[in-house]
Amino acid sequence: MARAAVLGRLTWRVGTLVAFRDETAAARTLVFQIPDWPGHLAGQHLDVRLTAPDGYSTQRSYSIASAVDGDLVELTIERLPDGEVSLYLSQVLSIGDQIELRGPIGGWFVWDPATDAPVLLIGGGSGVVPLMAMLRTRQRLASGTPFRLLYSVRDPAAVLYEAELETLQSADPTLEVHYAFTRQTPAGHPRRAGRIDGAFLAEFGFAATLTPTVFVCGPTGFVETVAGLLVAAGHDPHRVKTERFGPSGGSSDGHSS
Amino acid sequence: MGIHLDGNTMAGALAELFAVDVSIAVVECAGCGHTGVVAEAVVYADAPGMVARCSECSDVLLRLVRSENRAWLDMRGVVCLRLDIPD
Amino acid sequence: MPGIVSPGFFGRRHEVGPALPPGQYLVRDFPVLSAGPTPRVTTETWEFRIIAETGETRTWDWAAFRALPADDVIVDLHCVTKWSKLGTSWRGVSIDALLDGIATQAEYVLVHSYGGYTTNLPLRDLRHGQAWLAFAYDGSDLTPEHGGPARLLVPHLYLWKSAKWVRGIDLRTTEQRGFWEQLGYHDYGDPWLEQRYSDD
Repeated sequence: MARAAVLGRLTWRVGTLVAFRDETAAARTLVFQIPDWPGHLAGQHLDVRLTAPDGYSTQRSYSIASAVDGDLVELTIERLPDGEVSLYLSQVLSIGDQIELRGPIGGWFVWDPATDAPVLLIGGGSGVVPLMAMLRTRQRLASGTPFRLLYSVRDPAAVLYEAELETLQSADPTLEVHYAFTRQTPAGHPRRAGRIDGAFLAEFGFAATLTPTVFVCGPTGFVETVAGLLVAAGHDPHRVKTERFGPSGGSSDGHSS
Repeated sequence: MGIHLDGNTMAGALAELFAVDVSIAVVECAGCGHTGVVAEAVVYADAPGMVARCSECSDVLLRLVRSENRAWLDMRGVVCLRLDIPD
Repeated sequence: MPGIVSPGFFGRRHEVGPALPPGQYLVRDFPVLSAGPTPRVTTETWEFRIIAETGETRTWDWAAFRALPADDVIVDLHCVTKWSKLGTSWRGVSIDALLDGIATQAEYVLVHSYGGYTTNLPLRDLRHGQAWLAFAYDGSDLTPEHGGPARLLVPHLYLWKSAKWVRGIDLRTTEQRGFWEQLGYHDYGDPWLEQRYSDD
């Protein structure tokens, strides 16, 4: 059940990197094998803890990108400039290496497949990662729930999961994916570069009258702007769930301990 | 940095302390009476600890500090916390 | 120490120098840590107040504050979140100048900031050239994100004692814990003794 709380105190586990694939020049998907993984709901995240030989330790949160798949869990790491953790995870961590993970975490920003309401996903930058878990889970369940993904991204080279998104939507009339390129559009793209605004929502999103469940994820500024647009367009604030990442789009790769 | 996140950020730290998911708990702000889930609270996580503030009035709802082997949790900003307990 | 070592992970730190307190690492940037939204206080409305345990109150507006003689100081900063920044330059009014002439038996202070933040420390640690009310950093007006218009600067203690957006100091005969001290942080906070938490 989507809103079920998890019984039992959450503790650190060890995951082993078993595969990876580069999604873009700056983003890599890591596949971890986590023994006795209890499964997760689409939208949940993991906390990752790294420890240096001198005892220095730091943590970050990353959304799970994959649908449930036994004891395999995927994270997509976007490398942030000067990001000590994202740099390590996306460039240094090697097959066979182990790291400490805690999860699955978060019962709020999760999609409950048992509900029939259409689902509007709005992601900014790496905010698309948990939304991709929802799309993959929907695919796995062969769910016919109408879904739309509005994906705000800098430029075509920054798009995550492009081929997969194309495959998913071309085979499925109940799924639509729309891009808002904010800096540079692909050649021949019908819209000029720009952020998601009220007009974009009106044209590509589900109308408020359809009472969709809406998930908005990305940098704090993006999330709050979009949430404001949704409420202004008549969406019930209780049907809008948000998850804010740090300012650069990944969970803060600053100085959190 | 100096930018806020939301209560989803605190879910992992709280899950280390509680056997139920506190991020989906409904809390009432002791300052203004606004109710909402912890996940939608305004959270500052860069500081020496995590601070969750009311999205309406900005008063502090919860504060959490972790040292290596101890946790301090202050909830004086919350009148009441409502949790769903699974069967 | 947390569990397993992550292969090949060393963190961002480049230097651990002999001049650093235990457990600290050096940074070149100036991290901004906050427990809440950045207060936006204009110098038109800014006020700083010292209230002694007797009830005696001294208040300065911005003009009165800036009319006081100011010092240029270069100090090291040590944050309890483990970063240290050395040789930072500030301009500010010595707390000695602000306390001058106030009769008090108080041994403690509670510092108040715009936005509600508080911190406590012994009054003697604000005296004798150890603390300033700083209004400029690195040659420019102190920005709001770093505590402007004015912040406390008490560099011999962890940086959470150097309250940003300061609005007042209460002189007290009994100790009252501030925002982080209520949550387990040390009442004193000497970085050289690594007094981070109350059980240190």
